[in-house]
Amino acid sequence: MRALLVLLVLLGGWEAYVGFGAIDELLLPAPSSIATALVEDRALLWSNFTVTAREIGLGIAAALVLGLAGAVAIHLFRPVRRALYPLLVSSQTIPIPVIAPLLVVWFGYDLTPKIVIVALVCFFPIVVPTLDALDRTDADLRKLMRSLGASRWQTFRLVEAPAALPGLVTGAKLSLAFAGIAAVLAEWAGSESGLGHLVLQALPQFETARAYAAVLILAAFSVALFGALSVAERRLLPWAHLPRGTTP
Amino acid sequence: MQTRTTALPEAPRTGIEVDAVRLEDVSKTFAAQRRGAAPVAALEGISLRAAPGEIVAVVGPSGCGKTTLLELVCGLIEPSGGTVDAQPAALMAQRDLLLPWAEAVDNAALALRVGGIDRAQARSQAGALLEDFGLGGFLQARPHELSGGMRQRVAFARTLLAGRPILCLDEPFAALDALTRLQMQDWLAEALRADPRTVVLVTHDVEEAIVLADRVVVLSPRPGRVVATLEVEIARPRRRTDPEIVALRARALEELRA
Repeated sequence: MRALLVLLVLLGGWEAYVGFGAIDELLLPAPSSIATALVEDRALLWSNFTVTAREIGLGIAAALVLGLAGAVAIHLFRPVRRALYPLLVSSQTIPIPVIAPLLVVWFGYDLTPKIVIVALVCFFPIVVPTLDALDRTDADLRKLMRSLGASRWQTFRLVEAPAALPGLVTGAKLSLAFAGIAAVLAEWAGSESGLGHLVLQALPQFETARAYAAVLILAAFSVALFGALSVAERRLLPWAHLPRGTTP
Repeated sequence: MQTRTTALPEAPRTGIEVDAVRLEDVSKTFAAQRRGAAPVAALEGISLRAAPGEIVAVVGPSGCGKTTLLELVCGLIEPSGGTVDAQPAALMAQRDLLLPWAEAVDNAALALRVGGIDRAQARSQAGALLEDFGLGGFLQARPHELSGGMRQRVAFARTLLAGRPILCLDEPFAALDALTRLQMQDWLAEALRADPRTVVLVTHDVEEAIVLADRVVVLSPRPGRVVATLEVEIARPRRRTDPEIVALRARALEELRA
């Protein structure tokens, strides 16, 4: 509620700032112009949004599958940890703007390089919290499983995997924040559609309001996904949100 | 690692029953945690036995190696010296260690699932036991919805369902409030009467030991040594106010202070 109030004040200030002619509308369109662009260009924005949404959705899905598999492999097999983890960390230091054009050359102009880039960016923030949660499983629970004669696999399936679910959700939330940026960067490296592509086209055409509208849609999409994930988390993993001290 | 099972010799022809648990001159020393620190002797020269169906309580001050003793009996660790002979044992810790995401019935069924029984059958078996334990209305409850006493009962059900002849109980009620602890002690006495097992009960509560056990072994401060063994030949059900119990309790406390 308070966040909404702050937002309204900011928007009002912004509108007034542009309205008094303090800045060229081509550089900073007023919120009302952006709203107009949202309505007038809705067909164009929607068709490009569906492209970017698919890139983000499929990219995150791929990152979730690979990230989960990676975290489990690193957790279960010590040699994999030594061999793979340093490589994972170094993979995160690769600047996306540098490799994005190369991936476009490699995979073509269509969806594939975008998914690869989004997945590449989102992979790491998924692996780290998931692996952390797996590694931090209560040592006494492991001892309990050992005393019951459980196999390594049973301990993983019955204890470690459920205990790591909150970590996986945290990773998914983090990756949502990065996915939008990654998708836009991927589109800038070469594409014919998508919100990032739309922004790139709108600016030289002096359609600044449309570019802002595209950014707004992308932000709203990320916030909506984040919200949906938070709701799902509270529904499905209520035990992960107990106040400290009440967990056994 | 499986709980170590040592094949016990056939009962000798003298008619003496074979011990379910037999520790002879057992010691356990832990390597130093830090470089340069001295190794820690947790137990020294411990001899202890429990006949099948017997309840043996081990009391001693904090840090005298009681938990180590149970882990030895359960085969979770190896002794540094001496021999440990024990039938398969199930361990119940002071922390209930219930899985926070699982329903009470799934928590109780954990040992069965580990034993390879499918979920539906494990749940129905565990559910029946929880109903016997007065938790019929809480089968689907998650641990955080249960009281401390209820959680310990679920943990005890899980331990029983492991199907081992020996139960190792490690201060099972220490985390409970005083009143709940008294109720749970009576409850445990009743549960063990219904389903007799060999029990090694570790506690720092002398009264708990005397109310529940057939024999009380008193350990010294670290490294733990047996300083006294008290036979509790008092008919059950036992009342805490019984003069015999009060006298025995005084004696045990005397030994602890010595």
